[in-house]
Amino acid sequence: MDLSSINPILLLASLMVAATPILLAAIGELVVERAGVLNLGVEGMMITGAVCGFVVAVGTGSPWLGFGGAAIGGALLALLFGILTQYLLSNQVATGLALTLFGLGLSALIGQGYIGIKAPSFPDWHIPLLGDIPVIGPIVFQHDPMVYVGLILVAAIWWFLNKTQGGLVLRAVGENHDAAHALGYKVIRVRLLAIMFGGACAGLGGAYLSLVRVPQWTEGMTAGAGWIALAIVVFAGWKPWRLLLGAYLFGGVTVLQLNLQAAGLAIPVEYLSMSPYIATIVVLVIMSSGRAPGSLSRIFHASR
Amino acid sequence: MIILEKRANPSQVWAFATPVLAVVLTMIVGGILFAALGKNPFVTIRTIFLDPLFSEFAWFYRPQLMIKGAPLVLIAIGLSFGFRAGVWNIGAEGQYIMGAIFGAAVGLALYPMELRLIFPAMVITGAFGGFLWAMIPGLLRVKFGTNEILVSLMLVYVAEQLLASMALGAMRNPDGMGFPGSRNLAQYASATSWINESAGMHWGVVTAFIAVIFAYVTLARHMFGFQVRLAGQSPRAAAFAGVNPQRLVLICLGVSGALAGMAGLFEVAGPAGQISIDFNVGYGFTAIIVAFLGRLHPVGILLAGGLMALTYIGGEIAQSNLGLPGAAIQLLQGMLLFFLLAVDVLTNYRIRIGGTA
Amino acid sequence: MTIKSILAAAIVAAGAATGAYADAHQTKVGFVYVGPIGDGGWTYEHDKGRLAVEAEFGDAVETVYVESVPEGPDAERVMTQMALQGADLIFTTSFGYMDPTINVAAKFPDVKFEHATGFKQAENVATYSARFYEGRAVQGHIAGNMTESNIIGYIGSFPIPEVIRGINSAYLHAREVNPDVEFKIVWAYTWFDPAKEAEAATVLIEQGADVILQHTDSTAPQAAAQAAGNVVTFGQASDMAEFGPFPRVSSIIDDWAPYYIARTKAVMDGTWTSGNTWDGIGAGMVGIGEISDAVPADVKASAEALRDSLSDGSYHAFTGPVNKQDGSVWLADGETADDGTLAGMNFYVEGITGDIPQ
Repeated sequence: MDLSSINPILLLASLMVAATPILLAAIGELVVERAGVLNLGVEGMMITGAVCGFVVAVGTGSPWLGFGGAAIGGALLALLFGILTQYLLSNQVATGLALTLFGLGLSALIGQGYIGIKAPSFPDWHIPLLGDIPVIGPIVFQHDPMVYVGLILVAAIWWFLNKTQGGLVLRAVGENHDAAHALGYKVIRVRLLAIMFGGACAGLGGAYLSLVRVPQWTEGMTAGAGWIALAIVVFAGWKPWRLLLGAYLFGGVTVLQLNLQAAGLAIPVEYLSMSPYIATIVVLVIMSSGRAPGSLSRIFHASR
Repeated sequence: MIILEKRANPSQVWAFATPVLAVVLTMIVGGILFAALGKNPFVTIRTIFLDPLFSEFAWFYRPQLMIKGAPLVLIAIGLSFGFRAGVWNIGAEGQYIMGAIFGAAVGLALYPMELRLIFPAMVITGAFGGFLWAMIPGLLRVKFGTNEILVSLMLVYVAEQLLASMALGAMRNPDGMGFPGSRNLAQYASATSWINESAGMHWGVVTAFIAVIFAYVTLARHMFGFQVRLAGQSPRAAAFAGVNPQRLVLICLGVSGALAGMAGLFEVAGPAGQISIDFNVGYGFTAIIVAFLGRLHPVGILLAGGLMALTYIGGEIAQSNLGLPGAAIQLLQGMLLFFLLAVDVLTNYRIRIGGTA
Repeated sequence: MTIKSILAAAIVAAGAATGAYADAHQTKVGFVYVGPIGDGGWTYEHDKGRLAVEAEFGDAVETVYVESVPEGPDAERVMTQMALQGADLIFTTSFGYMDPTINVAAKFPDVKFEHATGFKQAENVATYSARFYEGRAVQGHIAGNMTESNIIGYIGSFPIPEVIRGINSAYLHAREVNPDVEFKIVWAYTWFDPAKEAEAATVLIEQGADVILQHTDSTAPQAAAQAAGNVVTFGQASDMAEFGPFPRVSSIIDDWAPYYIARTKAVMDGTWTSGNTWDGIGAGMVGIGEISDAVPADVKASAEALRDSLSDGSYHAFTGPVNKQDGSVWLADGETADDGTLAGMNFYVEGITGDIPQ
């Protein structure tokens, strides 16, 4: 065993990359849930985003357009969920699960013929000056652009939810849709927009895997990342900044256990892997009741 | 402008007509999809929906429908009580795994002893395993008001890790050449849940039918069924009627957990045969969909479970006979669920076209 | 139990009837896949084998497949269904299909079954597997020569004999050319999870590894190595040539086509017999992908010589003297490993640090 071989600076730097796909998906789901909608179909939207992004990026040769395509693909799939749950008043839990099934099948069909192809490269940003700062430079300022997009989104969502009129409306809709309706807010319109935003973010998270992390298309490549994103939203108590912490914790446990293994330490991998989920439950208990958006997963129908 | 108007009572006609409508819609859209993939839509639809029931080899497929459908129905019945009462257990997958682990542990510990009591003991411990796993979100909700949707979902991941640990460690077959996975319980006479394998009968199938009847009677005739329905429709009225909401939460979660645990045990001791890393194949999640497709009604759940099993089996036939990609089947299933969920609105709401009244 | 016996008789009759029908027309070959064809790895390569069978025999054979079949009752049903529909030969391509294959084969004595990577045979069930450890030997040889840091990272999937065998083989041949070499092994506990594989590769690179060997199927470790810049990798399952000539310098390719063609031919000729096939480089089941020019010419030449000696059988990848990790003698000088020990290998060889997780 040689723990000195673990370099904490590199560990933190790789953590920022490892956490990016789940962070992107989670920030979208956070907005959806703050609007009072529980969409369990994150995995389906992520994988659809992964394939849409890949197809567009390969077709155009531009990773940026790929990410754009991924966002649109994810949002369109989310729109399907939105129409079902908001207009046709279907149960959100069941619809979300069906969405995952649908997304996995759809992505596999779209992706036929794209196996074994490499995505166009997406170079790191070596931010001038900042990237050369000792210690902090490599950790924070030498990543690919999507890492920063993820961080900026978190900040933007925090600002939106807490500092803007739109955020206030969204939270009002999520806490008590009947009251929000009575105040004249368009509950369904707000929710639809939130759902589509969530889909777009999940799509970006999926495309980060297919365009940066792997970077190839293979069926089922998200391998459960969407479910982790759901857990992180809960862990974060629906607060953007805590989301960052959660994404790093979940990503961190994996990176840490792999580091310990590589350092030659015999560790029970399964027990370490389940620890973030147990931590999430503990956090839920400590936060106690009432912190989840009041109308989460409840069906809204305006009875005039 | 299209307006939805809530019906005073759910429409009886539409309650029966909507599932049929959904299946027809799925066949139409699915047919277009298959045609786009270059397959004959009529042959494909017939293969998926009819061949398992009426083809040359239906004598083989019909029992398979029971094997595939039984765990779905058993779990969905348990979940339906909670869903009616507003108790959201979406972690049945975890309870299913824990039931299998608990129950299999008894069988594996006693191997190779032959004793009549071993299987009943496994069923009881299996049910207990699922019950225990469901009690975690139950007690947390009752004591701390923690959201049971999220806790039960988190516990699925914990259970999956435990399963991997068991398959690779404690329960690994000592005669298995070092491969992960336990001994095969289906080949252990005192532990198997099979009654008659070629007829598709195992104790899980029997239990699923019993659960359907039991649930029907309970909901229709029993005080508990009344309380469940009342709590779901109007929590305030339920409180006036003397329903103890905390006890109701615990009972609903306990029942669904125990049934999911039993489903897991029946599966591991029969069709699946062994604890392996990939033992769980999503029955716990699919059962949630089955519960809703069945409109939370026991008979509906039985039919919905059968329909889901049909698409799985028909899908396999279509893959192997027609060369349809597996993904197309997943897409079709997703579509079927969407249509079923979408048209349900007709049961509870009336569509009015015209100006706002 | 009368129903059971009637059904059993019916199954046998159906099997016989369809078998006779197929003889007059085409030979029907079924494939049961554990993953989707689009996984780009394990199942993808098996499906390439299926397509090779179609290409070889044209209209004389018909192939059918079902993908993403879970191990357990679903696998048993799919196999039965294929047999009922007249398949003459069924390849079941995952270890977890072992008991289902044996069960179904017992009901269809006239249908031939081929189970990949298992150890249970029957009159009509043959097993087959590839000696991937031969390919690992070549990889280890190149890796030992290429490493500057003397640290080689190894991404294992699950701690099972197949994977442990590969680690031992790679280690022995890396140490042979570089006595200072050290292996860092991480277990991903998955066959396929690109995000996790990327993380595992990154971790190994951060801990000083400049060569990464992987026993998982995605290209994520290749991408991580490419990002790091100076790290050598090898393709796994498929050639992964799109990452060549560097970081990917060579690869182990699963090539099931020769075996699938030979066994299909045997069924067509009526010469099929059960048995256990464990083929390596020589029979073409294990392919060594093009060694790129990033490898120095002398290393490339010696690697190819090693490959050829494994191929013609003049050299065995496990040739003594080899001690086990605890220092006890496993193979005496000149002794070669027997297949039984290799099949159930559950120990590291001397020099590898760390324990196999239990």
